[in-house]
Amino acid sequence: MAVDMNMNVLIVDDYTTMLRIIKNLLKQLGFNNVDEATDGTMALDKVKIKPYGLVISDWNMEPMTGYEFLKQVRASDKEYKTVPFIMVTAESKTENVIAAKKAGVNNYIVKPFNAETLKSKITAVLGEF
Amino acid sequence: MTVGEKQLSSETTENKKAKIVKIISSVIDKVDKNQQVSLNSIMLQLRDLLLVIDEMRHEVGTLSPQEIKGKHIAGATDELDAIVEATSEATGVIMDCCDVIQEKAAGADGEAAINEEVMKIYEACSFQDVTGQRISKVVKTFQTIEDKVDHLVSVLGIKVKEYVGDDEDDRDGDERFLNGPQLPPEAISQDDIDKLLAELDAAG
Repeated sequence: MAVDMNMNVLIVDDYTTMLRIIKNLLKQLGFNNVDEATDGTMALDKVKIKPYGLVISDWNMEPMTGYEFLKQVRASDKEYKTVPFIMVTAESKTENVIAAKKAGVNNYIVKPFNAETLKSKITAVLGEF
Repeated sequence: MTVGEKQLSSETTENKKAKIVKIISSVIDKVDKNQQVSLNSIMLQLRDLLLVIDEMRHEVGTLSPQEIKGKHIAGATDELDAIVEATSEATGVIMDCCDVIQEKAAGADGEAAINEEVMKIYEACSFQDVTGQRISKVVKTFQTIEDKVDHLVSVLGIKVKEYVGDDEDDRDGDERFLNGPQLPPEAISQDDIDKLLAELDAAG
């Protein structure tokens, strides 16, 4: 199925610089409907009221981490339960990757990353675009 | 530090203790034997002083000075070094890109406007130099703290074992996943992550 480039994408990070970078990269890739959140709680509020085709989230945030946000999304019985979820984080220990995978993450990018990596992981999750 | 202070600081702890005892004995000898109350009062105060010193030694010992030096300060300076290296590398990439932009803009429409913006990027990149200097100041501060901890431990005569590292993580639940960026060899690469995810997928 072709990727809908008009889909809503939610990016979650407590560093505004990173939000700006990811938003810019997504724009270069052709995704123009990008919303932002600065922690898991804000992100959870957003997914509850708007359908997203992709979530890209950091891990280490307060008051709710990206990991907790992922778990709550996957534990829900709503439509957003299955939203494609990519973790983009500086947490680079093996146990983090395993925990995220078990929690239902679709892909995992370690910071720092480049545009090519972001594109390849989005492609792996959504398909060619 | 005066010559006298330098001499005193270089003496062993045992010699210092012996000197203190000698001074105190000399003071006691000079106290009028008829003034028993004064002598008792002095003895009580000396005993209290000894209790305070013992308590201080114990408190400093429980601070785990070897952990402060071998783990926390060492870890902090490693992280700061990594910051300097990463910002230096990134700044290099930014400036290389600016060079390419300027080359490509040469002779094109808007060359002057493009060059003006590129120059702003070069100027902004000077943050890396200032950042590096500030970090050097912080590293020196850590070194000072480390020296003072060493001196305090030495003065109090506390025997400290070399820090050999500990693998215990007493954090509960999801807290144990919050470790921040790692340094090699703890950090795994994107390639390693991709392989791990593929293995987990294959395992079902």
